[in-house]
Amino acid sequence: MITFDAVTKAFPGGTVAVDNLSIELPTGQITVFVGPSGCGKTTSLRMINRLIEPTSGTISIDGEDVTKQDAAVLRRKIGYVIQHAGLFPHRTVQDNIATVPLLNGVNKKQARENAVELLGRVGLDASMATRYPAQLSGGQQQRVGVARALAADPPVMLMDEPFSAVDPIVRDGLQKEFLRLQAEVGKTIAFVTHDIDEAIKLGDTVAVFREGGHLAQVGTPQELLDDPADDFVADFVGRDRGFRGLSFVTAEGLEVEPVQTYVDGVRGVRLLLDDAGRPRGWTVNGSDDVRAITGTFTKQDSLRLVTDLAISSPAGVAVRVDGDGVADGAATHASIADHLADARRESAG
Amino acid sequence: MITPVPLFNYFGFLLDPANWGWSDGSIPQRLVEHLGYTVLAVLIAAAIALPIGLLIGHTNRGAFLAINIGNAGRALPTFGLLSLMVVLMGTGLVPALIALVVLAVPPILASTYAGIRAVDRSAVDAAVGMGMRPTEVLFRAEVPMALPLIMSGLRSSTLQVCATATVAAYVGLGGLGRFLIDGLARNQYDQVFAGAVLVAALAIALDLAGAGLERAVVSPGVRQRGSARRGRRRGARSTDTSTQEAPTASTAG
Ligand SMILES: Nc1ncnc2c1ncn2[C@@H]1O[C@H](COP(=O)(O)OP(=O)(O)O)[C@@H](O)[C@H]1O
Ligand SMILES: [Mg+2]
Repeated sequence: MITFDAVTKAFPGGTVAVDNLSIELPTGQITVFVGPSGCGKTTSLRMINRLIEPTSGTISIDGEDVTKQDAAVLRRKIGYVIQHAGLFPHRTVQDNIATVPLLNGVNKKQARENAVELLGRVGLDASMATRYPAQLSGGQQQRVGVARALAADPPVMLMDEPFSAVDPIVRDGLQKEFLRLQAEVGKTIAFVTHDIDEAIKLGDTVAVFREGGHLAQVGTPQELLDDPADDFVADFVGRDRGFRGLSFVTAEGLEVEPVQTYVDGVRGVRLLLDDAGRPRGWTVNGSDDVRAITGTFTKQDSLRLVTDLAISSPAGVAVRVDGDGVADGAATHASIADHLADARRESAG
Repeated sequence: MITPVPLFNYFGFLLDPANWGWSDGSIPQRLVEHLGYTVLAVLIAAAIALPIGLLIGHTNRGAFLAINIGNAGRALPTFGLLSLMVVLMGTGLVPALIALVVLAVPPILASTYAGIRAVDRSAVDAAVGMGMRPTEVLFRAEVPMALPLIMSGLRSSTLQVCATATVAAYVGLGGLGRFLIDGLARNQYDQVFAGAVLVAALAIALDLAGAGLERAVVSPGVRQRGSARRGRRRGARSTDTSTQEAPTASTAG
């Protein structure tokens, strides 16, 4: 657990970047610092590994005050990932990844073997090991940056906007793999971003910062969406927070209607299934034109996906499939609304 | 009266086998002397300029003073400085070396400082953040990234010293300058010509050696020319990329 206790940072010249911050970052979880630019997120993060020293207050990791430890020794136990990866251009990918093990005196052969194995875990091919950073794309560099931070298997990771500099599609892939990786490694992670969507997607806990280094609210993503503490937070999480809240409700227990060649009498829409019972598409008014199915959902998917499918299908329903892809139900707008109301009641009660 | 020398005679001295043996005043001996002055002066200059350049580059303190003193040194005419040294210290190797070192320091100092300052700040931030101590940051991160510029400073310094080391002959020392002075004094223009050609040839050989050294010590990841282009081509050829993006166009640093 990382604990900030009444931490303040005033830079020479008078800027108070962080003002009396007290927060706990639970062990094994991702805590996201989010907020507009210049509100003290990076400063807070960099005080954890002493790249910046607090003006007052204490930061401790598992009860140990970070300022009481040798800075270099402390940092080698804390993974560090930054926006443009900050890879060493003169070192190959494998030697970049091996940086901290080599500082710790691990022999070169061993360190390189571990590095190549880590490449696989961040979704890169082992053949990249002997390339130089300039020969990688931005997204690949970022993966190497994550592998480098993981190399010495530190219990704590600090990540400062690690996915901000890549394009949205690549970012989405990086975020998904990051969550998959975290499920395996279970690090205590402090993650900085200015992107509320990223915060909601990745955070177990989200801390919303506001100008002047104040903490506006701390909570789970759902708590922030359901119950923003004030107008600033409400504004920051956005007007469509109701819709975004659907991400946290699964389709488990959602009422569905039987699906067999579902017909919407009013619009004359018909669901076509193949011989195995898998959905193929829709026909409208008996025409031969088949409109491809836009997607299906399973019980594990979020209500956000189900809603999206229902809205975009010509029949106003979302088709559920089982593990084999066989259609086994159809969810209507009405059943989605009912399910949502149930879920709200449950989480409130 | 100056007697015009027939054209073929320009090569007379250079092509005379008698001058290529190992004897007092022969071409090989003068070459070795010249090479000796040059290497000695550059080594001393590097021993002075590299640590200072690294220090002011790493700390970013005292840069203004150091660079300006260095440039003032560059503006001093070497021959004038040498004459002054001889007046103060008499003739010999030391005054000649001092004059050459003063000439050799500024390019090394300026390029070392500039090389360290030009290092990608985010890579240095990562180095510190991962737990490198100050000397590790300097020697494992900053110096390897600055090495292309540091090497180019050493090479241009070597070229200048090689060309200027001819002045050693004026204070009674050897080196290829002897052919210029003695040749002029005796109207033996083929000897003057030989001296000039040999200085140029030695300079070229030293620069080639410098290029070889640079290849050996500079990481392919930060090599200046062509490295980004090479990287892009390799990136485009590879089929194992897990994402569809184009590789970044520029090398960091
Ligand atoms: N080294 C510094 N010296 C002076 N002011 C700084 C320094 N670093 C950051 N600041 C100021 O502190 C405030 C918070 O910065 P930062 O923590 O980088 O914000 P964020 O990461 O949330 O964008 C900003 O007003 C910034 O200008
Ligand atoms: Mg920041």
